[in-house]
Amino acid sequence: MMSRADFARVIDKDLRKDEPLLADLEARHLIMTDSAACTLAPLLSQYRTRKSYIEQGPKLHIFVVSLRCHHTCAYCQVSRQPLGQSQFDMSSETAAHAVKRLFEWPARDLTVEFQGGEPLLHFGRIKALVEAIEARNRNEGRNIRFVIASTLHDLTGDQLAFMRDHHFDLSTSLDGPEWLHNANRPRPEKDSYRRTVEGIELGRKVLGDHAVSALTTLTRRSLRAPVEIIDEYRKLGFHSISLRPLSPYGFARKTETRNGYPIGDFLRFYAMALDHLLEVNRSGFLMEETYGRMLLGQLLTPFSHGYVDLRSPTGAGLGAVVYDYDGTVYPSDEARMLASMGNRSFALGKVEQPVTTWLESRAMYRILAAGAAEALPTCADCAYVPLCGADPIDHFARQGDTIGHRPTSDFCRKQMGLFDLLLERWESGSDRDRLILESWAHQATRRVAQVEFA
Amino acid sequence: MHALDAKASMSGWFGPTLVKVASLSDFAAGQFPIERMVLDLRARGYQQALAALTNLPWAGFLVDRLGAGPSGRPWVALPSDGLAIDAGDAIEVRPETNKVARRYRRGGNNNILFATERCNSFCVMCSQPPRDIQDDWRVQHLCDLIELIDRDTGSLTITGGEPTLLGQGLRRIIEHCAVHLPWTHIQVLSNGRNFGKSMRANAFTTLHPSLIWAVPLYADHYALHDYVVQSSGAFAETVRGLYALENARQRIEIRVVLVKPVVARLPELARFIYRNFPFVEHIALMGIEPTGFAKVHREELWVDPVDMQEVLTETVDFLSTHDLNISLYNLPLCTLPKLLWPFAKRSISDWKQHYLPACEACEVQQQCGGVFAWVTPKWTSRGIKPVKEAPPCASH
Repeated sequence: MMSRADFARVIDKDLRKDEPLLADLEARHLIMTDSAACTLAPLLSQYRTRKSYIEQGPKLHIFVVSLRCHHTCAYCQVSRQPLGQSQFDMSSETAAHAVKRLFEWPARDLTVEFQGGEPLLHFGRIKALVEAIEARNRNEGRNIRFVIASTLHDLTGDQLAFMRDHHFDLSTSLDGPEWLHNANRPRPEKDSYRRTVEGIELGRKVLGDHAVSALTTLTRRSLRAPVEIIDEYRKLGFHSISLRPLSPYGFARKTETRNGYPIGDFLRFYAMALDHLLEVNRSGFLMEETYGRMLLGQLLTPFSHGYVDLRSPTGAGLGAVVYDYDGTVYPSDEARMLASMGNRSFALGKVEQPVTTWLESRAMYRILAAGAAEALPTCADCAYVPLCGADPIDHFARQGDTIGHRPTSDFCRKQMGLFDLLLERWESGSDRDRLILESWAHQATRRVAQVEFA
Repeated sequence: MHALDAKASMSGWFGPTLVKVASLSDFAAGQFPIERMVLDLRARGYQQALAALTNLPWAGFLVDRLGAGPSGRPWVALPSDGLAIDAGDAIEVRPETNKVARRYRRGGNNNILFATERCNSFCVMCSQPPRDIQDDWRVQHLCDLIELIDRDTGSLTITGGEPTLLGQGLRRIIEHCAVHLPWTHIQVLSNGRNFGKSMRANAFTTLHPSLIWAVPLYADHYALHDYVVQSSGAFAETVRGLYALENARQRIEIRVVLVKPVVARLPELARFIYRNFPFVEHIALMGIEPTGFAKVHREELWVDPVDMQEVLTETVDFLSTHDLNISLYNLPLCTLPKLLWPFAKRSISDWKQHYLPACEACEVQQQCGGVFAWVTPKWTSRGIKPVKEAPPCASH
């Protein structure tokens, strides 16, 4: 990074013509002294490459097959329903329409993710959907990848055999060691941890180690345990961890006083977690944090990423679509959660309608109007904007306005805090630490081709 | 070292004629028209050859001495110490100068199609100084030559000058390769500048099944690149040309000649390539060829490879850890750190590759690309010495 003194000389136009620093800055298009002899073509190409996620339209398609769940998590971002309530299952008519819509989108690569509630509680629908999608795809020839987001409780051999035959990936929630996981994810039997770990092992055995990944939702009690959480993942043989702060949606909002925390606390947690992760990596066990990996990929490589929540233009409706159990279509999981809290204004439409109707909806208009970070107040002047994203629905949920107010935005403070932290670790880190962080960045870009994730 | 053309005695030819040298097995294979072949009678003499065979309408005969061919038919004889010509080679017989030039060498590792002497750059180290002449006749000439090249030839290099100055002619040459040499890898050495201007890169899309553009890029900064190629605005055109080629789904290699000012910013160039051209298939860092313009600019250009070790290591390490394929050309193994040996290729064309007396005792000479035949002491690394240790595993 440039020293403060050099920076001052740049601003004061004090650089000598033969100084390597001037050439460095010109080669990176930060300064231009001769507009005839140089070219901005690389800059245009960089933008095109970074924004290549907008080509082809949404690749991530989330099918909510049931809202039923056997957990009673206080922070649930969705709005689960009790086990017996089959009116919260996706019907076969809705499913048939959703499949038709899926193929109206132009993307060659599609990720179909099954969510809930607990999607395993309505596995029959998943089977029917997979079979219908694959039948249709015999003519379409898209590259389709199936993912299921599940607690993995009560996973049966038949279900796993079906997933193996259709190359499923499993994404589960594991909040940390047993005491923490069970405290966060209460069941009357107090056995959520044991059942999830059993599901992970079963999944790995049948689908392979690579097919099973886990996410951590961080409650206030999690913030005390960065080392324990990471060590738990290591113990279970995970080489990847996702440390996600609470979203301001669903039940999470109602229980905010009990579970919530200021974003500053999350950033302090993340700094400790990062230190411990680097130590784990130095000890020879490779483990990355997925959000940090994605941000480092933006900082250290020229490539695009597959993450839908940090895009500009926003990933809502442009990178992802959610087909809810009742046939309502949302541009993102967050929009679905807002709807479950009573605000349906971000619904794009119904599965009976063609995709073009959704794109012409009032909701999509509002999202797009606030969906380019480069044009948002404060973001427009931010150094990190080329690496960051716009999240109108998140801002609406937190601040009641799609454009939002950056100086008081938790989204912004989280992004700024993480960029600062990662750059600081990069700058002050040993060669070894830099190699570790760089390897995360390159992992990020190597995976972008196959993986879309929310 | 082998010359590419030589005086010869000949008779019966009406103007320059491109012909394939045929052994009896080439005749039996029936790949090429008899009218475009000279039968190689040097081994046996025509008296032993069947009269019926020599009566066929051969373009002529290759013999070892005057009068050794069938009377009244065109013949050519080469002095025994001159140009090495073997069956399968394509030669041009030039009666007006009494010369024979070899245009294709069967089994050669670097056969070229020389497209034009013209160039729009004027590089300080150019090994093939351009001339501003009208030589569009080469298009037809190369098409004729392509028809005489073995179909199992692994690779061919189209070079110049700047081949894109032929315009549509270059397209014709490559199309002709696609028809006659569909299995041959075609490499075009071009500065790409014309693709940054008016020439359409997508005219080359799907033209040949295996086509790659090897484009020189000397710096991350326009002033340095423009200095090296002695042409203002060249950097911008080449950069735009690289994007035009990428946009036309062409395969691209970037070539960097390791002259002094380029070496000084080599890590910056590597970063620039990764950040802006991560789609390139291969990057070649090339030792300088001490001929042409390079000879008069030695002071400004020459860096002993031994003094580049650190910067080469940093650059190769950066590019290879960033998933870019990198090779080192024209650098003898003894001048490189062992870690870089797996990247060093035997890149010098066989006809101009050479070893030095010190190489006699070297244990890795077989793996080493040696030096250019015209290397002089001034252009010889002080690091040249026989390597004695066993080499590391080459299967990197």
